[in-house]
Amino acid sequence: MAESPAGTVFPATWEYSPAPESLKVEVPGSTKLFIGGQWVDPHSRRRFPSINPATEASLSQIAEGDAHDVDAAVAAARRAFKPWSKLPASERAKYLYRIARRIQERARELAVLETMDGGKPIRESRDVDVPLAAQHFFHHAGWCDKLRYAVPGGNPRPLGVCAQVIPWNFPLLMAAWKLAPALACGNTVVLKPAETTSLTAIRLAEILQECELPPGVVNIVTGAGATGKALVEHAGVDKVAFTGSTEVGKLIAKACAARGTRLTLELGGKSPNIIFADAAIDQAIEGIVQGIWFNQGHVCCAGSRLFVEESVLAEVTRKLELRMASLRVGDPLDKNTDIGAINSKGQLATILGYIDAGQKEGCTVCQPGAQALPAKGFWCRPTFFTGVQPSHVVAREEIFGPVLAVMSFRTPEEAITRANNTPYGLAAGVWTDKGSKVFDVARRLQAGVVWCNTYNQFDATSPFGGFKESGFGREGGVHGLAGYLAE
Amino acid sequence: MTDQRLPILKTWKLFMKGAYPRSESGRTLPLKDARGALVAHLSHATRKDFRDAVEAARAAFPAWSGATAYLRSQIVYRLAEMLEGRRADLAEAVRCTTGATKRAADDEVNASIDRTVSWAGWCDKYPMVLGSRNPVAGPYHNFSMPEPGGVCVCVHGVADAQPLLGFLSLVLPPFCAGNAVVAIANTRHPLGALLVAESAPTADIPAGALNVLTGDAHELAGWIAGHRDVDSVHAIAEPAIAGTLRLGSAENLKRVHVLPADEDFTDTDRWTNPRRLAPFVETKTIWHPSAT
Repeated sequence: MAESPAGTVFPATWEYSPAPESLKVEVPGSTKLFIGGQWVDPHSRRRFPSINPATEASLSQIAEGDAHDVDAAVAAARRAFKPWSKLPASERAKYLYRIARRIQERARELAVLETMDGGKPIRESRDVDVPLAAQHFFHHAGWCDKLRYAVPGGNPRPLGVCAQVIPWNFPLLMAAWKLAPALACGNTVVLKPAETTSLTAIRLAEILQECELPPGVVNIVTGAGATGKALVEHAGVDKVAFTGSTEVGKLIAKACAARGTRLTLELGGKSPNIIFADAAIDQAIEGIVQGIWFNQGHVCCAGSRLFVEESVLAEVTRKLELRMASLRVGDPLDKNTDIGAINSKGQLATILGYIDAGQKEGCTVCQPGAQALPAKGFWCRPTFFTGVQPSHVVAREEIFGPVLAVMSFRTPEEAITRANNTPYGLAAGVWTDKGSKVFDVARRLQAGVVWCNTYNQFDATSPFGGFKESGFGREGGVHGLAGYLAE
Repeated sequence: MTDQRLPILKTWKLFMKGAYPRSESGRTLPLKDARGALVAHLSHATRKDFRDAVEAARAAFPAWSGATAYLRSQIVYRLAEMLEGRRADLAEAVRCTTGATKRAADDEVNASIDRTVSWAGWCDKYPMVLGSRNPVAGPYHNFSMPEPGGVCVCVHGVADAQPLLGFLSLVLPPFCAGNAVVAIANTRHPLGALLVAESAPTADIPAGALNVLTGDAHELAGWIAGHRDVDSVHAIAEPAIAGTLRLGSAENLKRVHVLPADEDFTDTDRWTNPRRLAPFVETKTIWHPSAT
């Protein structure tokens, strides 16, 4: 294919026909809390709207849990703990296997609901979020009766009641990846989904009921920050697991420090993606796209700082611009859509604020793509900045949107030093065809996950989590079990 | 006159960057034996001494963590050899402040040296036990391996009955994992720790990889917790110090592992288990495509 300036390479005749997902998913007009196996109205009787960020239409009125509801949920989890933890491990496993199967069987419904509630492209919820959620339950189901092999020389025991607070970027997947290891280890849980994305967690609770999970083993209390605060500060909680911003993570760390509560944190990032001149450049371009524009950039491990070896900088930016022009932004329920809706109005304002700040600091903004954006909903075209200095705000702060900062380097030393020059340490990418360089750079990067000649890959067997201020503890694989076991 | 020889009252110094400075403040603390008689003085480390020690540890971290695991293992074993040669000194050091019987002190020294030997062996083995090859559902080679987090501060905040064993049990797990260590010796029973510090250079421990300070744990706790270039803390402490360490550390999310004041370091199974070093390592997971 001959290259031509951005925006003209794919002429209008190449436009895809609409390919909307046809399944209609019923969404209840209002929701309840799931406590002790029962659906209950919130104590305050208050509800808040959950909207579809692609249409701004209200989907449902979500129950707002308060401290009373959290009390009830923690008490239910406490009551359920003894029988659940005493259940023969092989029986516990069967519940988790059932859940995994029901997620697989109801995958299409869950994917559509996830996309409606959160704005992510159906292609991603269908191919990534939901299959991985099922895999987390399936993988951890098998751990239930094998925990003594997971802890060298130990006598693993469950911790008790776990409080889990999850974000809005992968709602069902985060619920699965928090619940599955906690349950496999014999704990009971109170889960608080993010306020903008409660619907798949509620649907998951229905699945748990279908699977006859004993009442109180999992309790779901929907709400916003105040609900989460009441939960993580509750005296009846033995362990807190939080995924979200570093700012909130530090507040939770202080609250848990004061009480000595066990804690694992999976927080923010500003992950470097390093392209060496000897990389397979076309593959690296796909990796950059996967790294920063996957899920609209609402990814804690997004490769948001791109370091390109100076000799190929011009080639990489030219090809990147070309590739970006072909990304389709729009209806998340269309199977051809690459970039869906920004999750909320507030997040869109944050992202646009960063784009504005980048321009004010003198960076050059590049937003290829001529396709018209829908009139309603929250949208942001894939964006990258060039002319970025390490001190610029777009190179330092987590934007959590489809915005990339492009910088160059001359030597591997410089690339590694600058990549590590951040309080974060969640993930990193390295692109080179030279094997020894891959492993040397991977060894020296301070990051919990290093993707070499790939980016943004996830698996239930692969531990995920960060160094430094990106949090502590791991989720997934044998390492993730440690966060839910006493010795 | 000959039976009236006046003993030499020395002031024990700090150990940092491979050297033995006094506190920059000139402050000292009195050290009393089990019966309350003055036997020596200790350097009373200040905030600046602590910060200097962290700087030395940070500078030594690349060399210590980057040394081959085989070499680190040999260096820690060499430390055990050095301690074996000073068994009598160590036993006397323990007895002096704890008032233990000779037999109890000898037992403690034996256990301490044996513990050092045991941990020497973990240097080149823990990555095998705590690492994994993960069978991901795709054409990728994926493995997880532990690596040292950086600078670890060990706080011996409780005057336990077996101070040498306690000190080494605090220091060895993070140190053998490849962390550079700043250790705060117990001020009531510091002599075993200070003899370890005296043995460190002769064991070829690189300058700065192990630093030993004496000082007031209450005073130091806030500075340790608040230090932005400390990656982890391993402590045995009373609740007040434990609280200060945990709370202040939330600010840069340093990894804090505080043992209860009644921790039993004589439990050999527990204290030679590689999981004792797990809080001081970070798991790095590496993905690489295995398809062409």
